[in-house]
Amino acid sequence: MTSEAITHGGAMNPEGDGWVTPDGRHIGPVVLEVKNITLRFGGVTAIKDISFDIREGEIRAIIGPNGAGKSSMLNVISGFYHPQEGEIWFRGQKRPPMKPFQVARQGIARTFQNIALFKGMSVLDNIMTGRITLMRSNMVDEAIWWGRAEREELAHREAVEKIIDFLEIQHIRRTPVSRLPYGLQKRVELARALAAEPKLLLLDEPMAGMNVEEKEDMSRFILDVNDEFGTTIVLIEHDMGVVMDLSDRVVVMDYGKKIGDGPPDEVRNDPQVIAAYLGVSHE
Amino acid sequence: MPEQFYFALEVALNGLLTGVMYSLVALGFVLIYKSSEIFNYAQGVMALFAALTLVGLQTGQVPFAELINAIFGTHLSHFGWQLPPLVAIVLTAAVMVLFAFLVERLILRHLVGQEPIILFMATIGLAYFLEGFGDLMWGSEIKKLDIGLPQGISETVESLTGKWFGYGLFIDKLDIAAAVVAGILVTVLTLFSQYTKQGRALRAVADDHQAALSVGISLRFIWVLVWSIAGFIALVAGVMWGAKSGVQFSLSLIALKALPVLMLGGFTSIPGAIVGGLIIGVGEKLFEFWVGPLIGGATENWFAYVLALIFLVFRPQGLFGEKIIERV
Ligand SMILES: Nc1ncnc2c1ncn2[C@@H]1O[C@H](COP(=O)(O)OP(=O)(O)O)[C@@H](O)[C@H]1O
Ligand SMILES: [Mg+2]
Repeated sequence: MTSEAITHGGAMNPEGDGWVTPDGRHIGPVVLEVKNITLRFGGVTAIKDISFDIREGEIRAIIGPNGAGKSSMLNVISGFYHPQEGEIWFRGQKRPPMKPFQVARQGIARTFQNIALFKGMSVLDNIMTGRITLMRSNMVDEAIWWGRAEREELAHREAVEKIIDFLEIQHIRRTPVSRLPYGLQKRVELARALAAEPKLLLLDEPMAGMNVEEKEDMSRFILDVNDEFGTTIVLIEHDMGVVMDLSDRVVVMDYGKKIGDGPPDEVRNDPQVIAAYLGVSHE
Repeated sequence: MPEQFYFALEVALNGLLTGVMYSLVALGFVLIYKSSEIFNYAQGVMALFAALTLVGLQTGQVPFAELINAIFGTHLSHFGWQLPPLVAIVLTAAVMVLFAFLVERLILRHLVGQEPIILFMATIGLAYFLEGFGDLMWGSEIKKLDIGLPQGISETVESLTGKWFGYGLFIDKLDIAAAVVAGILVTVLTLFSQYTKQGRALRAVADDHQAALSVGISLRFIWVLVWSIAGFIALVAGVMWGAKSGVQFSLSLIALKALPVLMLGGFTSIPGAIVGGLIIGVGEKLFEFWVGPLIGGATENWFAYVLALIFLVFRPQGLFGEKIIERV
């Protein structure tokens, strides 16, 4: 991957597959690859023959104007949508068609563009539920070994408290999520996704509808998650500026097609990308 | 204290114990509604079917005997054994789990994402199918259900209250047993949903399907679980009601008693179902006691609905629901 290392202005990884970023993070081999994905809804083609890969440890952005098919792409990766054509390769294996819960159990967590929290639960309960795939006790166990179930519960609580501290939401941990302002709800949703200790984290416009200060906070959290836990992140944004600061590589989509793929500076100066953004730059 | 007061107290207590049964049936509705937004019309018939199956298994009836006899000209009716009540109950519970599994596999799975009215229609179909199937499997004659539950007026209560108040209250032992069992069941269900992994998953699905999927919960599994629990609740309700008045078609009508409870308590509230059941139970018995004689009796058939309607007008969100504020 020498050529890629050069285009990224970084040194080669000792392992040979990947590179080290200018800020010293290690980008590893490909974890997930989408190949020739096409997704149609009746007459509408939301994704047209798109391929790209996601490498271990990177922040991979998908940008594009509204309706470009970004969310659809994320939904394909997380198993919510099933493409008519194309393949998904995860950790070197072709993935059979999967239900969203199966994808989640493989260590892929996500947030939603339109926030999907458990509205009737507190912040703490929401995040706790994010750990459900890591909970081992089954019903019979729980009936017989209250002690063991309780110890497990405590361990999960501890992990959740760490995430709460990390995302600085201690003060709202008991609050029902429906009472929280939009910006904090987005943060709780991120917390819930993190609770699953995912290998791959898919974020659909985590900063949409936020004010400047909230956006800065969220950017910092995303960078910290990637840095401290080594979590690979796919980030959908349609604000170019945010993406430039955060991502290692960017896929640009427009009308369901991929019109650009590469490091942020390269993509920003691509005439095709500029053209796609010109008409919608005010958004 | 005047004698009238003790009469009323006795009536209220009886109502309370009956109300616990209403709560239980309503709970079956609420669980399914919360997790899948299906109003399960078949809940009452499930109670009937569970009770039929229990009696059939316990008394060693040959399933589908009439059908087999008609085809092969045989004269089968019973295997000639008698199962211990506990064994019969466990087996019936297993049958209800199998039923839940089949409902998910053959119906729910194919109707995911359909309008609630379509799902409701499906459960109407299910109800009549199950009714016919129960008849075919176990025969349609009235059956006696006897699993050794205490029967008759409780002398303990009578003599104790006699000593304390100078008036012995008449309370049916079966009603007490039913209330105790229902109470235990509700407690266990609450603990289950609050403190276990599957309970947490169940609450998650009840709250938001998308979010539940995204954290790795299988909706299909939860539906089987919920219908199994509803089947088990139906079994308990069927046993108690069956022990009281025999196992026959009218048993499925206890579902009609749960409707006003749901109107009162809200379709999604577990505490609502419990408190609603108690209010209806006590309300209808007291009303029949005080007002019934003045207007020719038989008020128990409609009183619950009128009470529920009045509640509905003033609190459409149910007893414990949050006030719905229309945003324009
Ligand atoms: N569930 C769906 N049913 C029908 N059309 C859909 C669905 N989801 C997305 N689309 C269509 O696919 C296209 C891409 O949408 P989307 O992926 O949400 O774009 P983006 O996230 O880039 O704004 C749009 O035309 C949208 O209307
Ligand atoms: Mg989108």
